[in-house]
Amino acid sequence: MSSWLVAMSGGVDSSVAAALLRAEGHEVVGVTMKLWGGASDTGCCSVADVDDARRVAQQLDIEHLVFNFTDDFHARVVDPYVDAHRRGRTPNPCIECNRHLKFDRLLLRAEALGFDGVATGHHCRIAVRDSVRHVARGADRAKDQSYVVHMLGHEQLERICFPIGARTKHEVRRLASDLGLRTAAKPDSQDVCFITSTGGRAAFLAERMSTRPGTVVDATGRVVGHVDAVELITVGQRRALGGSGGAARRFVTNVDVDAAVVTVGELGTLAVERFELDGLVWSGKPVTGDVLVQCTAHGAVHPARVRANTVEWLAPQRRVAPGQSVVLYDVDDEIVVGGAFAA
Amino acid sequence: MAPMAYLDHAASTPMRPEAVAAMLPFLTERYANPSGGHALARDARRAIDEARDDVARCLGVDAGEVVFCGDGTEADNMAVFGVMRRAGDDAVAVCSAIEHHAVLHPVEHTGGRVVGVDRHGRIDLDRLADALDGSVKLVSVMAVNNEVGSVQPLAEVAALVRERAPDALLHTDAIQVHQWLDTAEVCRPFDLASISGHKFGGPKGAGVLIVRKGVTLEPLVLGGGQERDRRSGTQNVAGIAALATAMVSTAESREVEVKRLGGLRDDLVDGLAATIEGLVETVPRDHKVAGNAHVCIEGVESEAILYLLEKGGVFASAGSSCSSGAISMSHVLTAMGVEAPVGIGAVRLTFGWASTAADVERALEVLPAAVAQLRRKRSP
Repeated sequence: MSSWLVAMSGGVDSSVAAALLRAEGHEVVGVTMKLWGGASDTGCCSVADVDDARRVAQQLDIEHLVFNFTDDFHARVVDPYVDAHRRGRTPNPCIECNRHLKFDRLLLRAEALGFDGVATGHHCRIAVRDSVRHVARGADRAKDQSYVVHMLGHEQLERICFPIGARTKHEVRRLASDLGLRTAAKPDSQDVCFITSTGGRAAFLAERMSTRPGTVVDATGRVVGHVDAVELITVGQRRALGGSGGAARRFVTNVDVDAAVVTVGELGTLAVERFELDGLVWSGKPVTGDVLVQCTAHGAVHPARVRANTVEWLAPQRRVAPGQSVVLYDVDDEIVVGGAFAA
Repeated sequence: MAPMAYLDHAASTPMRPEAVAAMLPFLTERYANPSGGHALARDARRAIDEARDDVARCLGVDAGEVVFCGDGTEADNMAVFGVMRRAGDDAVAVCSAIEHHAVLHPVEHTGGRVVGVDRHGRIDLDRLADALDGSVKLVSVMAVNNEVGSVQPLAEVAALVRERAPDALLHTDAIQVHQWLDTAEVCRPFDLASISGHKFGGPKGAGVLIVRKGVTLEPLVLGGGQERDRRSGTQNVAGIAALATAMVSTAESREVEVKRLGGLRDDLVDGLAATIEGLVETVPRDHKVAGNAHVCIEGVESEAILYLLEKGGVFASAGSSCSSGAISMSHVLTAMGVEAPVGIGAVRLTFGWASTAADVERALEVLPAAVAQLRRKRSP
């Protein structure tokens, strides 16, 4: 038996994660992190989600705590999110929350309180290769979340478990339903928790930073339109680019925030053969050669070769927005071998 | 069951057995509506009248000045909104920055003024003087702070208000008083005072607002006109009977209990200070009530400490909890100028009628060990 602090968001996955550990006879305490004090779609302080998590914990007969990590969430997730936009980069706040909150601050807190580690309801697994622990794909490939926890390394993974990683979402929901948990049919959360569906990203950022109008040009430098806020434009985007319609579909191929210029081109011009990585961290031994690369949370993987900090696609792929997380998998698409940001 | 130490009496007390006994008949055979006309109704009505007399005697007021209501929060809201809704559009309410949210939020809601406190958690009389003028129609200052236990200089507050804002009504949230001080004495200069039953061995869901003769409030709850039109709704007969019983018992045993519990509190704080480095007593003992031990412990966080305390059978609390249950640095400590690194290590241990020396022993075993564990691991 071991003791686990289970991060319970109030969703079905973490509810079942707690239930499974409990059923295996472990000592389990549920905890909901209060991260965001502002407006959200689930009410102030996400009280409704905390209520769900607490009620599930009661149904499972485990203790439930609430930890207030709003200070770190602001400093390590929200502020960098705003700052990234200011610099014209594409942040992934959920990944930063996992990196700094769930698997750093919460993990440290768990250890300080005498727990063996932290369990979460992520759809992913842990695999050991050459005595090194790696984040591995979840059994339900359609729901796989290895991308958002890719940063976890050998040492951390010793103190982390993903109890539902070997099950499909369908099985998870059925288990929740069999146990009579109130979260059984709760919809999956899709969006960034601090961005409301009413205000959206633009309204959130507008309150926290000044934006500048930008010029939209084609590859030849000809002005073809204008945008209200150049900081909100992302490479690969094709909507809301101003200018006249009718022409061939245009995509953003480059954003120069300093010059307030957005360059657009046809889909073909967005394709690149290689790109550079920032802050590359290997899960085990550094890899040179063939990998599979995933650049968005539920995006497809594409084969590439990696050499030092350069990814060379085997076939050209759409340009990856700077700041986007890039996760490298082994050629069997089973385990995470490394992770970085697109430069 | 493992030995347990309940040291959270400022949050709520266990009910006194005599209060439970006073309550039970009204949950069983004496169930009638006190507003009715028949014998059973008159029986319930009589219980309320007797309770009202007991409460009036304890609080040094006339029975007609006692208004029963749902709880302390409701009493506070009745006072603030009840005054302000009659006071005209330009009227201003004033309160201290360390009020319970049941006063602070209503005062803020009316656009009122909030007055700062000193580092010992007592209202700053100079700043209060600055906040007072002819437009002020209500001043609300709590008698004893619920978190840090500081006793407010109510007599000085009253004198200042009478001088600078002669039209203002004076309200005090006296919810943390009765166990420790003579409520009648404390509330004497005030027009309105809030009391809550479960802070001194009574039940939850029973409160009192003292409304002095000649003071008229706009009622918040309209209906059958109970409590002389000041708070409609069928009275909680069982709760009222139990509140009165607990109030009388508390008043009768107060002198002895304050000595006994103050001694336990001193043993606890002295013991903690001797074994835990970097522990600060938030408010000096001569400025606060006998049952409050509020300390700030450097280098640890309340949430982590409270969990380990609970594991060791010690039940305490920290700052104010929001509705999600998350603990944050309280508005009281912030108003007192306590810096965040110290304030996030706040622990409130509060005594009550059921406390014993064994509780102190238990806390002295568990708390220093918990701090040591967290410091070893450098609790995040």
